[in-house]
Amino acid sequence: MENTFYTLHDFFVFTKGSAYILMGVILLGILGFWLFITGRDEETFIK
Amino acid sequence: MSTATPMKKTWLTPFNIIVGIILLVGGFVTILRFTKGLAGVTNLTDNYPWGIWISFDLLCGVALAAGGFTTSAACYIFGLKRFHSAVRPAILTAFLGYSLVVFALHYDVGRPWRLPYPFFVQSGTTSVLFEVGLCVFLYLITLFVEWVPSALEWLGFKKPRNVIVRMTLALTIFGVVLSTMHQSSLGALYLIAPSKMHPLWYSMFLPLFFFVSAIAAGLSMVIFEGTLSHHYLHAKMDKTYLKEHDGVTFGFAKGAAVVLVVYFFIKIVGITLDNNWHYLFTGYGAWFLFELLGFVALPAFLYAMAVREHNACLVRWGAVITVLGIVLNRFNVSLVAFNWQLPPAQKYFPSWMEIAISVFIVTLGLLVFRFIATKMPIFYEHPNFREHVPHEGEEEEAPEFVEHELKPHPQSLGH
Repeated sequence: MENTFYTLHDFFVFTKGSAYILMGVILLGILGFWLFITGRDEETFIK
Repeated sequence: MSTATPMKKTWLTPFNIIVGIILLVGGFVTILRFTKGLAGVTNLTDNYPWGIWISFDLLCGVALAAGGFTTSAACYIFGLKRFHSAVRPAILTAFLGYSLVVFALHYDVGRPWRLPYPFFVQSGTTSVLFEVGLCVFLYLITLFVEWVPSALEWLGFKKPRNVIVRMTLALTIFGVVLSTMHQSSLGALYLIAPSKMHPLWYSMFLPLFFFVSAIAAGLSMVIFEGTLSHHYLHAKMDKTYLKEHDGVTFGFAKGAAVVLVVYFFIKIVGITLDNNWHYLFTGYGAWFLFELLGFVALPAFLYAMAVREHNACLVRWGAVITVLGIVLNRFNVSLVAFNWQLPPAQKYFPSWMEIAISVFIVTLGLLVFRFIATKMPIFYEHPNFREHVPHEGEEEEAPEFVEHELKPHPQSLGH
């Protein structure tokens, strides 16, 4: 996992890029978790 | 003619004996602390000026008292009135928690009589610690005012009680603002020591970590405290409280699950932004993963399963693990990961007297909680001050409050 960074810019490009990808995964993850938790709630059924 | 003689009430119960010993030892160490100074009772050094009294009594105490602002915010700001019966126990827990934090601080600071100095004599307005101190000072007053209606109802003072009850929303908002500020600032305190703290725990997001984890701790503490109260103070609960208890348990479990998952993900983002992945393959990394997977991911999963399956037992396990996880996290940040590069011989380990004072303070809190919860309307609405509005189709009930002897309810553990 250890990368070679020659400049601070290099470091930020790498870590921020990773963080942006992770944000997308998190968004989907939290959505999935919410659906898992509320999957059996009666309130979620459209009356 | 009956020859039966009434049973004599003995004070020599196991509970009283243990509490008595703790209070005696605590009193003895207190005398030592204030006659011989910090060096006489603690293992604190220049490398570790903050020991277990800060890690446990202050950091854990403040985090675990977060149930007060989360519950009152849920009820009065977000309008979730079904949690109303949980507000008073949560406020009481928070008020006692903060009172004990300030009480413990008197042991920890070198010259406790100078505690008011930063506010009234020489304000260090650029210091994060000043902000923490001011917020805790103001929030303790806020919690006292929020708790006072219970005492006024008990004493029968209707007018002042009604005046304070009308201030509830303002007090709640003030409490949320103050809590947000100082819960996060406690994390911000450690931003000053990037070279001393292990990179896995050090992050520019420390304030956010502390704040988010405190919400999970607060919600879990309300569930945990509710479970214990349900067992030991069942006789003091009215029908409304008992009816709403399950709703509070599952509602808070759902909230805690989401907050824990968010906390888990922002911890991962913290590692990503600092590119600290390689540290995970070290000894400290294993300890970090133990904390993150065992005390954040696991309770989040348990809460989620519990809410899905409507399993109250799982919720309680989730709450216990979360509370332990917050304690572990605060210890990790302030002690384990702090000064991680020091040789083992220079590491800090608390003396038995430091531990005794922490146990003494927790015991004091338990005793005061028990006294207030048995005397004042905490788990029931006082018959002369009822606010409960019957739901549609529900009959107006006469207030049910009967003085019972305090003993564990036989069925309360089976929930």
